[in-house]
Amino acid sequence: MPYSAKVMEHFQNPRNVGEIENPDGVGEIGNPVCGDIMKLYIKVKDNRVVEAKFKTFGCGAAIATSSMITELVKNKTLEEAEKISKQTVAEALDGLPANKMHCSNLAADALHKAIEDYKSRMDPFGNRKSIKHSDS
Amino acid sequence: MDRKIYLDHNATTPVHPEVLEAMLPFYKEVFGNSSSIHSFGREAKVALEESREKVAKLLNADPLEIYFTSGGTESDNLAVKGVAWANRKKGNHIITSQIEHHAVLESCKFLEREGFEITYLPADRYGLVDPDELKKNIKKETILISIMHANNEVGTIEPIEELSKIAKENGVYFHTDAVQSTGKIKIDVNSLGVDLLSLSAHKFYGPKGVGAIYIRRGVRLTPLAHGGHHEKARRAGTENIAGIVGLTKALEIANRDMEKEDKRLKNLSERFFEKIKEQISDVYLNGHPELRIPNTLNLSFKGVEGESIILSLDLKGIAVASGSACTSGSLEPSHVLSAMGVPPDLAQSSLRFSFGRSNTIDDIDYVVEVLPEIVSRLRAMSPIYQKEKA
Repeated sequence: MPYSAKVMEHFQNPRNVGEIENPDGVGEIGNPVCGDIMKLYIKVKDNRVVEAKFKTFGCGAAIATSSMITELVKNKTLEEAEKISKQTVAEALDGLPANKMHCSNLAADALHKAIEDYKSRMDPFGNRKSIKHSDS
Repeated sequence: MDRKIYLDHNATTPVHPEVLEAMLPFYKEVFGNSSSIHSFGREAKVALEESREKVAKLLNADPLEIYFTSGGTESDNLAVKGVAWANRKKGNHIITSQIEHHAVLESCKFLEREGFEITYLPADRYGLVDPDELKKNIKKETILISIMHANNEVGTIEPIEELSKIAKENGVYFHTDAVQSTGKIKIDVNSLGVDLLSLSAHKFYGPKGVGAIYIRRGVRLTPLAHGGHHEKARRAGTENIAGIVGLTKALEIANRDMEKEDKRLKNLSERFFEKIKEQISDVYLNGHPELRIPNTLNLSFKGVEGESIILSLDLKGIAVASGSACTSGSLEPSHVLSAMGVPPDLAQSSLRFSFGRSNTIDDIDYVVEVLPEIVSRLRAMSPIYQKEKA
């Protein structure tokens, strides 16, 4: 197996699979041509990520990195969450094969996009904007 | 302990026990260099030439037209580059297809950098190359046409007889990469009408590291490997006698059992496909429904990526291949599926099942038992698969 035991664990038992019904932020990354599509949903309360769920179309590394990032982000403040990088994810999984590092990149990008999406829904006073955003 | 089921015979095959037995003496007592004039050498030479005669007979060729190489890749390189270099005064145009094996494609790309012009013919949605397309693209500068006999990913069998006829009518050499077809379907170089043909032993239960190329009498070709005068100075290098003996034995066995195996493999493949379709929805066949080598089944499972299925099957001891980018090492999906017009997400969702001698009905049924759950689990995780069909 080219993958670490941790990657295989997350692949076989991924955490937080699914969607959030009224998410506070959604980050979608990837496209069918490169073969990985990740969708990350987050719920934010008092500047902390209280819930994260994912759906992923991709290889073993893609699924494992998605799963791992939902664990890493739980209960982190938005500032801490923004610091999560592809290295953080790869290290948490005890490393990824060189040609799979782009998967951990996707996971980190999906998270940052979700946070960006959340911020775009908030007005300068920290309240939800009245404009409804589509979640699909 | 999980049972192990190997469904990747197009990648490689195990050495048949009879083949191994035939090879052993050539690693032990009969070890001479066939170029030596003493008894040790002569023994080896006899084995070499007997092998050549047998292979020639099996392909309906003359022994003088059979040359042994290190495998399919070398044979392909020799055919494409060898003909190109030897005939460049005549012309600099080569026609091949978009679905060839990398050994042909990369050789062509290399020649492009040397100033040759290459036309890559398209394939249709079944993976077939259209003879009319070939006709349209031949010009007076064309010196070689190379179209594979059977495609390794989807198994589609090309209309070689028709294509080679067009080549002949235009005075152009025709090469076919028969690496995936040899040992599975009958090869007759004269009915196929080819001038050059590549084959590789490890695809038909022979050893790795040995192959052959058929070069019709009269074809002008520049060698790749210069050195001794082996293989009529067309391919230098002390011959791998054990490998060549193995290749020959494997080809004999394949021929002997071909009709029986053809039926048996078709049965397994059809049974597998039928049962899978019963259990799993949104499964698509890649390749021609009939014009296909008997053992190859390339299927796309909508909404799920290929490598994740391979990993899940591997955990159950089952080995298959995929056309997804993640397994190709590059970020692009299979060039074959792309050329056939398979949409990118379905190309990424493809699995190649290639059955072989060791597979039984029990094996097939076990995989059918195990696969639906794997696909369901991954589909539940997928952002692009809707449970109720869109």
